[in-house]
Amino acid sequence: MRTRGAPYAFLAPALVLFAAFLAAPVLYAGYLSLRRVKVSGLGLGAGARTEVWAGLGNYTRSLTDPEFVPSVLRVGAYGLVVVPVMLGLALILALLLDGGRTRVGTFTRTSIFLPYAVPAVIASLLWGFLYLPRVSPIVDVLDRVGITAPDALSSGWVLYAVANIAVWGGTGFNMIVLYTALRSIPTDLFEAARIDGASDIQIALRIKIPIIGPSLIMTFLFSLIATLQVFAEPMTLRPLSNTISTTWTPLMKVYRDAFVRNDIYSAAATSVVIAAATFVISYGFLKLVGSRAFSQES
Amino acid sequence: MAVLMSPPALRSEPAALPKPRRVSPTATVLLLLGAAYCLLPVLWVLIASTKSASELFNTFTFLPSTHLFDNIAFLSSYRDGLYWRWMVNSAIFAGGGAAVSALVSAMAGFALAKYEFRGKRVVFNLVLAGVLVPGVILAVPQYLLLAKVGMTNTYWAVLLPSFISPYGIYLCRIFAAATVPDEVLEAARMDGAGDGRAFFRVALPMMRGGLVTVFLFTFVAIWNNYMLPFIMLGDDKLFPVTVGLSGLLNQGATQPAMYTSVVTGAFLSIIPLVVLFLSLQRYWRVDLGAGAVKM
Repeated sequence: MRTRGAPYAFLAPALVLFAAFLAAPVLYAGYLSLRRVKVSGLGLGAGARTEVWAGLGNYTRSLTDPEFVPSVLRVGAYGLVVVPVMLGLALILALLLDGGRTRVGTFTRTSIFLPYAVPAVIASLLWGFLYLPRVSPIVDVLDRVGITAPDALSSGWVLYAVANIAVWGGTGFNMIVLYTALRSIPTDLFEAARIDGASDIQIALRIKIPIIGPSLIMTFLFSLIATLQVFAEPMTLRPLSNTISTTWTPLMKVYRDAFVRNDIYSAAATSVVIAAATFVISYGFLKLVGSRAFSQES
Repeated sequence: MAVLMSPPALRSEPAALPKPRRVSPTATVLLLLGAAYCLLPVLWVLIASTKSASELFNTFTFLPSTHLFDNIAFLSSYRDGLYWRWMVNSAIFAGGGAAVSALVSAMAGFALAKYEFRGKRVVFNLVLAGVLVPGVILAVPQYLLLAKVGMTNTYWAVLLPSFISPYGIYLCRIFAAATVPDEVLEAARMDGAGDGRAFFRVALPMMRGGLVTVFLFTFVAIWNNYMLPFIMLGDDKLFPVTVGLSGLLNQGATQPAMYTSVVTGAFLSIIPLVVLFLSLQRYWRVDLGAGAVKM
């Protein structure tokens, strides 16, 4: 290559932005998580409130907060519902489309992908209204046959109500990713099995699914990361329901601590905990499945 | 190419669905059920936006009415057309953010794919770490840092953090490796083109298809983002439509007449993205697993 400096020049904008908006915030959050405000005297006047080192105090406070553990467990349960249901549906629909035994392929593929174009806030808004007993067509239908439907936004159901919004919004995108992977399998790999009398289901289970394994791993990973960050859906549903607290998910707690309580130190500590947990889980998952996804070698 | 397994061979032409063998009623019914589930809320919002405030909660859910234009007029008159400002803001954030991000990613991806240089491995690992770091967790420290330089509550507070997309860089590196042959770059150099000229005149046009995909990805991610603008912006004239509408919904709790505007606003806000999607559908072909993108 001609100019030695050229690759650095091409990388410069990305590296500057990376340093300013990814690396610096991470380091700053780490720094803040170890600081606290010390109030001297009555806390009045200049210099009465000073920032000092806090050791791991913010972490102990954050981790032992009676609202933190329930929010983590809630998101764990939410993830256990969302990820398998969403990816299961996406895989089944992708296999059905790829099987080609239907005339409604293009229409259904487009329809199922459509929710990806709807922001989570708007999706929560739409579903939020559909959950209201006075609007819900499901409640309407059940009413007519004499069944009283449970209130989707009551405390027992609200987790599933939020999970449904995520499944609705995410299935189509994951389906397209898996479908793209299925379309790139050479036909002869399963034509032979078909001639030998293997059924579509056998071909799907024995040939197609193992081949698209890497795509399944990556969709799983991205879904997992998205799940741990759930924020927009419960925040949007809050005005419609009194069952969603201000600390319903860990990220909502970060928001409340930082902006409602003005305790940025504790919020920073919680952020660091969530980021570290997400990183450990996703990295651990990649190790577990022995994936070389993201490999650098050509 | 960065691949997990050997590069997959393309099966015939991926544009068309395979020729239907024996049509399976089960497959058809299941796919139609999936489509119905996905279309139901969209159909509802279309119908609900035609209802007046009194009809919204009192007529059959899927019975259309005739008040769509009244609702749009009412929503448009709300605080001198604030809603349309939100739509314009969303377009600025998503369009500007995605365009700059695509260019930044293309340059970085090109450098990583086509040059050997010291620190390449470090840079690439940083990019990967960036992909795995959950973006919204950065929002609070990003806010605090921008507050220090007095940039919160401006367009820049939302635009600048959107300009960097580790996933976009990752994808662009794959596009550059897959679509720009070394021989073509070499030929450009023989003709006396510098590195910059080789990139902008030769490589960039060859990566065009992939860049559209990266642009779309980023556009949707920014348009759909809620937490970043929600935290960064205080002035509701700067809100994107997501933050604006969720604020309107909050008001609905005290003035139920606002619900009609929320529903109409939600309906209008999804039209641009749906149009964008349907018209650019062929660019949504991302094979995450193979790390390759079909074009």
